[in-house]
Amino acid sequence: MSNNVLELRNIMKVYSNGVVANKNVSFELKEGEIHAVVGENGAGKSTLMKILFGMERPSSGEIIFKGSKVEIENSNKAIDMGIGMVHQHFMLVPSFTVVQNMILGIEPKKGINIDYNKATQMIKELGDKYNLRVDPEMKVKDLSVGMKQKVEILKALLRGAKILILDEPTAVLTPQETEELFVQLMKLKDNGHTIIFISHKLKEVKSICDKVTIIRKGVTYGTYNVADVTQSQISNLMVGRNVVLKYDKSKSEAGKAVLNVKGVSCKGAEGKELLKDIQFTANKGKILGIAGVEGNGQRELINVITGGRRNYDGEVLFNDKNIRSMNVKALRKSGMSYIPEDRMTQGVAASAAISENLAANRYESQEIKSGILMDVKKLSKLANKLVEDYDIVCKSIAQKVESLSGGNIQKVVVARECSIEPDILIAEQPTRGVDVGAAEIIHKEILKLRDRGAAVLLVSADLSEAMELSDALLVMYEGEFVAYIDNPSETTEEELGLYMLGVKKQSREEIRRAVNEF
Amino acid sequence: MRSLLDIILTPDFAFSAIRVTTPLLFAALGALISDRAGAANIGLEGIMLMAALAGVVFSAYTQSALIGLLGAILIGLLTASMLAYFTLKLKTDVILGGIALNFFANGGTIFVLYYLTGDKGTSASLASMVLPNIHIPVIRNIPILGEIVSGHNVLTYIAILSAIGVWYVLEKTALGLRIRSVGENENAAKSVGVNVMKIRYIALALSGVFAGMGGAFLSMGYVSWFSRGMSAGRGWIALAAEAMGRGTVLGTTLSSVLFGVADALSNTLQLLNIPAELIRILPYVATVVGLLAYAIRETNKRKAKG
Ligand SMILES: Nc1ncnc2c1ncn2[C@@H]1O[C@H](COP(=O)(O)OP(=O)(O)O)[C@@H](O)[C@H]1O
Ligand SMILES: [Mg+2]
Repeated sequence: MSNNVLELRNIMKVYSNGVVANKNVSFELKEGEIHAVVGENGAGKSTLMKILFGMERPSSGEIIFKGSKVEIENSNKAIDMGIGMVHQHFMLVPSFTVVQNMILGIEPKKGINIDYNKATQMIKELGDKYNLRVDPEMKVKDLSVGMKQKVEILKALLRGAKILILDEPTAVLTPQETEELFVQLMKLKDNGHTIIFISHKLKEVKSICDKVTIIRKGVTYGTYNVADVTQSQISNLMVGRNVVLKYDKSKSEAGKAVLNVKGVSCKGAEGKELLKDIQFTANKGKILGIAGVEGNGQRELINVITGGRRNYDGEVLFNDKNIRSMNVKALRKSGMSYIPEDRMTQGVAASAAISENLAANRYESQEIKSGILMDVKKLSKLANKLVEDYDIVCKSIAQKVESLSGGNIQKVVVARECSIEPDILIAEQPTRGVDVGAAEIIHKEILKLRDRGAAVLLVSADLSEAMELSDALLVMYEGEFVAYIDNPSETTEEELGLYMLGVKKQSREEIRRAVNEF
Repeated sequence: MRSLLDIILTPDFAFSAIRVTTPLLFAALGALISDRAGAANIGLEGIMLMAALAGVVFSAYTQSALIGLLGAILIGLLTASMLAYFTLKLKTDVILGGIALNFFANGGTIFVLYYLTGDKGTSASLASMVLPNIHIPVIRNIPILGEIVSGHNVLTYIAILSAIGVWYVLEKTALGLRIRSVGENENAAKSVGVNVMKIRYIALALSGVFAGMGGAFLSMGYVSWFSRGMSAGRGWIALAAEAMGRGTVLGTTLSSVLFGVADALSNTLQLLNIPAELIRILPYVATVVGLLAYAIRETNKRKAKG
């Protein structure tokens, strides 16, 4: 007998729509370790974890828990076994307080009432024990992402979890929050908990995990001691090919200013200044990056530029026309493409076919029409071409977009937005939560678009992406620009960090270099 | 105008407003509890209608008002459960299911009525019973107040207690917490092992019970017979009241009262020389105005958020 708490043998999972998410997965978890599971988007990691947590049933294969074969029929069973899960998308009720979220389903009672005093007490004690402190009375909707995650972890611990599954916990965290999470995870480990940690970020795996299991296209490719493998070895196993992390960027000349943002300011509902006197131009043939810790006004700025927000001071000129009088359709007609941050609600129509999503920004064009009717042949020809050009992994173009993995959904968006040859592409966190392989394809497409002469406005919280791709980089902090960097690939992350956290700020003149009107 | 105020500013008017609010409040509570569980019951109108008939039939054949009431509640419970079965188990769309239920109730009640009495209009030939009015000791003797709040049908008091009960369950108990979680984020509830289907079933069943009592009030309190289509849109008005009350018990109750007042007003104004048709649309106009006000406020709020 080994000291494996949990063992998976030859797990296969076929979803009802025919997608084989796990082909052959084997996996051993030892008590008290932090075990990373890495793999590209769509490799089947979340599916595997859902199987462990009783949310999906495997089509075949065995689960061995503490030496005996088990069936995990539902989440209650998993919870009883001491398994807890922090989902990739938080499972919290926004209008509930922290306490209410934590005790849901296991409410302590006094008579017929919920005993909130006892509940609060339990949570306080647990929080003290693991150094995970959250205000029990706060409404979850008012918490930061990092706090919500703490609530999720506490929720699992409150239910007696000894094995904790964290599905891409750092994807939504700021670097500081990630640091804090790691400290907490180490503390949990010291307390005898076993942790399954899912991530795309190999640096993180290296820094806190003991073991790493690699999964590719539903098949596991071995488990290694983290100390024995390098990041590039893991990366190669993950994607099955070498990932180019440096891009060969040709030099390009800045052309006409397609987008000219002149002194834009706006206030939020509570009178808080969201944008302060924002000025810049986006010029043809250049990628202008906007870096910054999330929530410093990037979203509001993009909202203004893409026509989603009308009440602001100042003006935005797109191809010399004031956008205030233009609706989204007019903006797109005059050459604006947009890759929104939230791909599931804004980027795609999840339950529509891949082909329909690909054609959504040209449904009026003769590219997919004959006369006034849609031409199915033209549509499928176009869709098939884009699927091939952008390497979208799918079974057919008639498949619903929601059945694709995150990376491939994003490729659908990118293909749609880049293939119409826009004057400007607004790319908002284009590779968030996307695996290395898909990110590389997306980055290359953005670079190609720039080489074809389009302007690109890239908003990214991913520093290496912002630095590597941008020809010039603006840093945003508390609703204003604090730095303009004209050679982003030569600055350091540390330098950018100082601007991002508001420690350093350039002079007005330096920042004004972001305006290149010609 | 003088005479209008004279009519409105009387204990009689307040009394009648409370009376006509009763069925609205029941239905609105039904709307509320199902909506909070994320399974909006739009079949309330039909359930009320069937329950109203059931009350008359059960009480006529047993000569017991209590059995009549229980019969009405049972029919409410059963039809709502049927809706729950179709929508939760067989995955019919809950809106379509509700609409079907309303149509079924419309035709079904007339069929049963005709079958039992040979009349397609009212149950006048059935010797059905009415539920008693309650005179509250002490309070009944207080001038004005006593005239307004005492002497109502027993169901009116049950309606008020029900509102308090629903508030209590939603805010204080585990069942309420689960109902709200299921309505707001089903996946969150599921992930901690809450049986979403069961909770929705309970909520729909409860909404049937409330609509059942509302129906019983119509035919065993408000009047003493059943007539075709007697729910007269109250199930829909209740949905509006719930929406206007933004899903809170207090808000929903107040909205129901508002609609009740409009309803009472239309009854009262018929005494004056205003065309009856014009007056009868008052409650519905109030509904539209109410929903409009609600929509404007929501839109403004969203605009303010940017
Ligand atoms: N509920 C589902 N129904 C059908 N297919 C699914 C479902 N969930 C995930 N998939 C598919 O299974 C594959 C693996 O997905 P997932 O486990 O989420 O991958 P990962 O977490 O590694 O990114 C993907 O192709 C995805 O589209
Ligand atoms: Mg995943």
